[in-house]
Amino acid sequence: MQYRLSISGMSCAGCVGAVETALQSVPGVTSASVNFAEHTAGVEGNVSVTALINAVSQAGYAAAELKGEESEAEKEAVELAYYRALLHKTVVAAVVGVPLFIGGMSGLFPALDQPWGQLVWLIASVATVGVLGYSGGHFFTGAWKSFRNHNANMDTLIALGTGTAWLFSTVITIYPALVPPSARHVYFEAAVIIIALINFGSALEMRARGKTSEAIKRLIGLQPRTARVVRNGVELDIPIGDVGLAETLRVRPGERIPVDGVIIDGHSNIDESMLTGEPVPVGKKTGDQVSAGTINGTGSFLFQSKRIGKDTVLAQIIEMVRQAQSSKPAIGRIVDKVAAVFVPSVLIVVVITFMVWFNFGPEPKISFTLVTTMTVLIIACPCALGLATPISIMVGVGKAAEFGVLIRNGDALQQAGRLTAIVLDKTGTITQGKPAVTGIYPVNGITKDELLACAAGLETSSEHPLAAAIVSAAQVKGLTLPAVTGFQAVAGHGVQGTINGQPVLLGNARLLTKYRIAVGSLQDQARQLATRAETAMYLAIGGKLQGIIAVADPVKPDSKAAIARLHKLGLKVIMLTGDNISTAKAVAHQVGVDVVLAEVLPQEKHQKVTELQEAKEIVGMVGDGINDAPALARADVGFAIGSGTDVAIESADITLMRGSLHGVADAIAVSRATVRNIKQNLFGAFIYNSLGIPVAAGVLYPFIGILLNPMIAGAAMAMSSVTVVSNANRLRLFKTRRDA
Amino acid sequence: MTATLVNIISVLLIGLIIYWFWIAKPATRHSVGGSVDILVDNGVYEPARIEVNVGQPITLRFTRKDHSPCAEKVVFADFGLTIDLPVDQTIDIKLQPENAGEYPFTCQMQMYRGMLVVK
Repeated sequence: MQYRLSISGMSCAGCVGAVETALQSVPGVTSASVNFAEHTAGVEGNVSVTALINAVSQAGYAAAELKGEESEAEKEAVELAYYRALLHKTVVAAVVGVPLFIGGMSGLFPALDQPWGQLVWLIASVATVGVLGYSGGHFFTGAWKSFRNHNANMDTLIALGTGTAWLFSTVITIYPALVPPSARHVYFEAAVIIIALINFGSALEMRARGKTSEAIKRLIGLQPRTARVVRNGVELDIPIGDVGLAETLRVRPGERIPVDGVIIDGHSNIDESMLTGEPVPVGKKTGDQVSAGTINGTGSFLFQSKRIGKDTVLAQIIEMVRQAQSSKPAIGRIVDKVAAVFVPSVLIVVVITFMVWFNFGPEPKISFTLVTTMTVLIIACPCALGLATPISIMVGVGKAAEFGVLIRNGDALQQAGRLTAIVLDKTGTITQGKPAVTGIYPVNGITKDELLACAAGLETSSEHPLAAAIVSAAQVKGLTLPAVTGFQAVAGHGVQGTINGQPVLLGNARLLTKYRIAVGSLQDQARQLATRAETAMYLAIGGKLQGIIAVADPVKPDSKAAIARLHKLGLKVIMLTGDNISTAKAVAHQVGVDVVLAEVLPQEKHQKVTELQEAKEIVGMVGDGINDAPALARADVGFAIGSGTDVAIESADITLMRGSLHGVADAIAVSRATVRNIKQNLFGAFIYNSLGIPVAAGVLYPFIGILLNPMIAGAAMAMSSVTVVSNANRLRLFKTRRDA
Repeated sequence: MTATLVNIISVLLIGLIIYWFWIAKPATRHSVGGSVDILVDNGVYEPARIEVNVGQPITLRFTRKDHSPCAEKVVFADFGLTIDLPVDQTIDIKLQPENAGEYPFTCQMQMYRGMLVVK
């Protein structure tokens, strides 16, 4: 095995030897060489990548595996070649089959017992076997190999059906006397036209299948092929695979960002819609994270690479979508059990059909027997059944990814559609999770800025989330903060300290009451703030009340609309929070949730989810994925909500890349549409087979005299899988009703 | 006379179908450690039945020759694994089954079928 690693932390050429020695000391490594200019290492040997990375980090450096480019283009070329081969086989079979069909039907070719009849049809037999070998050879080899493996598949049915037609026709061409004159009819044209139709169907199916994976192709297409790195002050364009960790990269206006990293110089607006579904470009400055695949706006900046190769958010999304697309929900696993016994069961039906027509059929018995058995073999289509689930999952999961909704697997997709209740964490889910100062209400002659500066000075030393809001509000205004001595946090009350020799208190009403400072004059104001879910923080200087600073965690602008959509989808919406009941109720009122569960400790969250489940609800839980992990795991479907690309993708059943609750409604809507699509496919495939097989076997013949032509059966069989794939493709047109 | 013979043969044929596809097992490749090469071609996995001992790590090396899109994935449903098999490439799948039993591996449409038997 050969590996390529990106090595970071090498500051001088001397490090090269240290890294090489570390790599060579790993058991199993046959050679290791480090390229200092590229900050990469090439390793050969029979070892695990983890062992190599560990060895490098023990030597004091960091390493990550570099993977080659996606071979999607290569795969497409192979598929195109196969598609063309199928079409070619179709044409060859049709060129022989159609004249035989027309010639036989129109009387252009003599019948078997007419002069030259035998010779003409003997030539047809040779031509047909050639076509069967060229255009249908893969069915015969497949059938034989499966048979040897005690397995039977679509090839078995097609090979038996067309093989029997050819063999019977050839035998009666040579020995017409074996069957009564009325049965002296040959089926060469049927054999080749069936082969033509099925090859054509497979080609159409391939085309349609290609479209089902468009979502993943689009994601892979986001990855730029080259990056512009700055090495020793020189900017170079290098292949993306050669970018190492901790390298400096330049991104010019309009370019795609090649790897994940942090801006170190410059600023710009970045379009992250391809990853998050968020249409508005995000402003980024020094210190902000940027993600591979997103598009730079009009600014130019330098950034340092932090995640490369398969570690980037984009690569993780691609991997997750790919895995989810290949997974199957419970509904599909039942079908698999049917599909597994399908073909041998059809073979038994074929023998029974044969016996019934042979014993009870009208004359010419041999013709009826042959036509019906052949038609049953050809019409039965296990493919439609087998394709029904995976093809819809493929399109559905891809579609969800377009909305910034990453679904972990088929089960999560199926469950999301069945949810009856949705639990929303308040902070960071319904609200922005970033408290901000919403109002300053001074009294007793102090100015707003003085009040804020004083409070911010005190809060600089505090670690409380509300403190950060006050400090940043003061910074935004460019206020100079006074020096504070004797800072002290009073748990559950607030903070205190001394500014300019005066004692200063900042906190809730209880803090001021404790120091016997009257808050009466501002109590009405505070009560009003509480109804709007704003927290009042009182400030007192030198034992005298100076005002209130109102701090609130604002509700996300679209939370209310998203919750209305959840209601429309028939879900009960529950808000869960550790906050006090009055703040919780105020938020609940603003966004319109049905039930409020306030003052819930973090460790109690999963208990609340369990209680809902015991009340027979199917519960979805939406949280940030880190603090809510146990509740997310406990819920039937856990949704991790992120803001932008900064989200833990691995943490939940469904990850919402965009920090909007619309993602939850989108996920549920896509899930329902996909499950509905799977059901349509399964229904279609089951109905097709359960009606098609009896009709092909001739059950209608005694009543209304209808027998199916084997060629019609071939066309129906070819179209059945095309129909399933096309129905799944309809999902690509799915739109969420965000404006509804 | 001919009719009776045809009927007897037909009934025997049904019996044979049941025996061959549901009762008889395909040839088994027993692996004692290490790896097994599996060829994906013409609608089958060869070998299609692989035996390993409980707890023994095994590498299944799939080489896909079949261009049909049916062959493009191999699914180990019991292990929750779905692996892409690019044409003309060998893909290693490492497993260490801890419980005895029969674990089927199939293509997505269940037409390619194989069995990992853990004893």
